[in-house]
Amino acid sequence: MIRIVNLKKSFGNQEVLKGVNLTIQTGSINVILGRSGAGKSVLIKHIIGLLKPDSGEIYIDDVEITQLDDREMNKIRERFSMLFQEGALFDSITVWDNVAFPLRERLNLPKSEIDTRVAKGIKDVELTGMEHKLPAELSGGMKKRVALARALVTNPKIVLFDEPTAGLDPITENSIRDLIMRLHKTQKSTYVMISHNIEFTMKIADKIALLFDGKIIAEGTPDELFSSDNAAMAHYMNGNKTG
Amino acid sequence: MSFILHWLKNQLADLGRIFTMFTDAVRWSVIPPLRIKNCIKQMEFVGVKSFSIVMFTGIFTGAVLALHGYETFSIINMETMVGGTVAVAMAREMGPVLASIMVVARAGSAMAAELGTMRVTEQIDALVTMSINPVKYLVVPRLIAGITMMPILASIFSLTGFAGSYFVGVKLLGINSGLFMANVTDIVKLEDYTHGMVKAVVFGLLLTLIACFHGFNARGGAEGVGKATNKAVVSGCVAIVVADYFLSALMFG
Repeated sequence: MIRIVNLKKSFGNQEVLKGVNLTIQTGSINVILGRSGAGKSVLIKHIIGLLKPDSGEIYIDDVEITQLDDREMNKIRERFSMLFQEGALFDSITVWDNVAFPLRERLNLPKSEIDTRVAKGIKDVELTGMEHKLPAELSGGMKKRVALARALVTNPKIVLFDEPTAGLDPITENSIRDLIMRLHKTQKSTYVMISHNIEFTMKIADKIALLFDGKIIAEGTPDELFSSDNAAMAHYMNGNKTG
Repeated sequence: MSFILHWLKNQLADLGRIFTMFTDAVRWSVIPPLRIKNCIKQMEFVGVKSFSIVMFTGIFTGAVLALHGYETFSIINMETMVGGTVAVAMAREMGPVLASIMVVARAGSAMAAELGTMRVTEQIDALVTMSINPVKYLVVPRLIAGITMMPILASIFSLTGFAGSYFVGVKLLGINSGLFMANVTDIVKLEDYTHGMVKAVVFGLLLTLIACFHGFNARGGAEGVGKATNKAVVSGCVAIVVADYFLSALMFG
């Protein structure tokens, strides 16, 4: 379980997170919904320790992580994977090596085991035959798929997705969504996604949290939040800046 | 005045952060795994791939020094001093300094651009999320490559520079070959070369550290990467020249 308590973060004079409180249950798909610039990326970067908060606490399975040193945080990060918005693939190595990278660097596995898991990961994202290509030779959707394979190849307990379908055409978006849902069924990990795409969120989320003006202003299942009488969601959907 | 103070404050802050990165790199360099493959890859990039440019510039630097030296020494009928003078200049100064500046231009700029691109495309963040320390993975192999390859490149520069001066002095300007070489053995001491090598090690460390620092701290897309590359080359060259003065004063003063 991930528990965020009164998390605050500012960059210079700009207050991005103004006291976020959020609980994410194990094994579910959670989407943090919010407008562009609402602080969604900042929030998930705190969860994996890429950013340190000004104040507040983050508990990963009851371990408070904001005060941990690098070595202790690295231990916690072994439970995580993250899919970055632009993929963040290592551009000097091939698709195969990108997917194999976390296995080679993080887990002490024999080469045959690594080869098997990488081949399966690439097959799962339907990119068999592309193993020897460099990221620069792939389309945006393909890069996202490779990044997804890399994020999931270690069978992490928690996966963070930063806008997994941003910038993709509707067909690729649907195929990425189906892929994520299919992989979640087999892995049963905790998925935390950020998105501003309402249609995508409705189809994929077990639970939604709405981040607005640096705070979570609504939480619930898609049915609860998208019911006609939910004022906060109505404000978001209508683009009302007052929240 | 306030502008100068602000600039000075920023420079001092950068110096402090560079030093922190250095101490971090030293600490991580002794913690296993050693990532020898990464080190060899960087040594090839810094050393082997700089070989031709260092050799080429070395030959012409030696040649031009011989040309000017001949003109000057001929006034006092001491043309045969050209060989010894060029050899000392190469071993003490030209080899380490000019070879390092060539490496800054070729490898330092590429390092800053590569790491800067990795920073702005979140590849460095991706390493962190995989529990891989980016200083250990990216900086340590580059520093090791700089420290180990720079003395070799400086030696190549000095050697080819001397060959260039020999060709111009002896073959083109007609200095007696025996006297040219005799002056070299008379004037050049072993410590000229060893002190030059100490300089090369320090310059190799400085140029890679500065390139890594600016690459690591690149911000804001393509423009940020461009600025980081520019800063890496400019501050790398300045650092080499400043360090050269202090090292010369310490070793030869």
